[in-house]
Amino acid sequence: MTQIDCDAVQVGDELPAITKPAITRTTLALFAGASNDHNPIHIDIDFARQCGMEDVFAQGMLGMAYLGQVVTNWVPQSAMRSLGCRFAAITHLGDELTCTGKVVETFEEAGERRVRVEIQAANQDGDVKLAGFAFVAAP
Amino acid sequence: MLDRSWIGKEISSVEVDVEQGQLRFFARVVGETDPVYTDEAAAQAAGYPSLPAPPTFLFSLNLAQPDPLAKYTSMGVDLAKLLHGSQEFEYYAPICAGDRITLKSRITDIVEKKGGALEILSEETSATNQRNELVGKSTQSLVIRHG
Repeated sequence: MTQIDCDAVQVGDELPAITKPAITRTTLALFAGASNDHNPIHIDIDFARQCGMEDVFAQGMLGMAYLGQVVTNWVPQSAMRSLGCRFAAITHLGDELTCTGKVVETFEEAGERRVRVEIQAANQDGDVKLAGFAFVAAP
Repeated sequence: MLDRSWIGKEISSVEVDVEQGQLRFFARVVGETDPVYTDEAAAQAAGYPSLPAPPTFLFSLNLAQPDPLAKYTSMGVDLAKLLHGSQEFEYYAPICAGDRITLKSRITDIVEKKGGALEILSEETSATNQRNELVGKSTQSLVIRHG
């Protein structure tokens, strides 16, 4: 894991981006099991259609797990103070999410130097699916 | 329309063991390659007693109950109309394999949006470990589509 030097972190710095494989039905089925989210709308096309959707679609928390990785690839998880996002649009089958992050603020809080990072996940067409933030502490 | 008297009420309380096998399964499915999340020795070298739960796993722990969505249906929510609007986590201490976590959720607000076409349900969950340390907090908003 790369250790960041928070004294060197500057507003505008970009976190290394990650691109995930296209979402498949298998991804959704396995994530349902791994994440305990058994909501059938993500894994059962019959149920999804009854709900007025054309097909199953990704669990929001799958994209958020990817967003978390952008941060933990950059700093040890023990430095994370918070993580948040809004689910701006539905992530569909076939979407390839690219997750990015950027430092937007550095400040002092609770006796430590902290960095605020803006993060997002967008698909291959650039449509933003998740948009959020993380606060991390300097090591 | 959801009954506003739910605001402030606890809607679930669950005690769950954090399991290595599930953490490894989760890591594999989300394409996590950092060995800290799958290899006990790497986790310990990084200062954790065992595999750490990744940043969003508190959400999954709260679903580790026989019928995790029953808390919403018992409030009258139609699952077919439910969407996850937003999610936040605050971290106070690591959650690791071997921990037993108690999660308590309560409704903090219910508001109407777009002239009643949407209702937003806000829920807050606290997570406490076996040493009675508050390890994290989850805040989520759920969107219920009416009409």
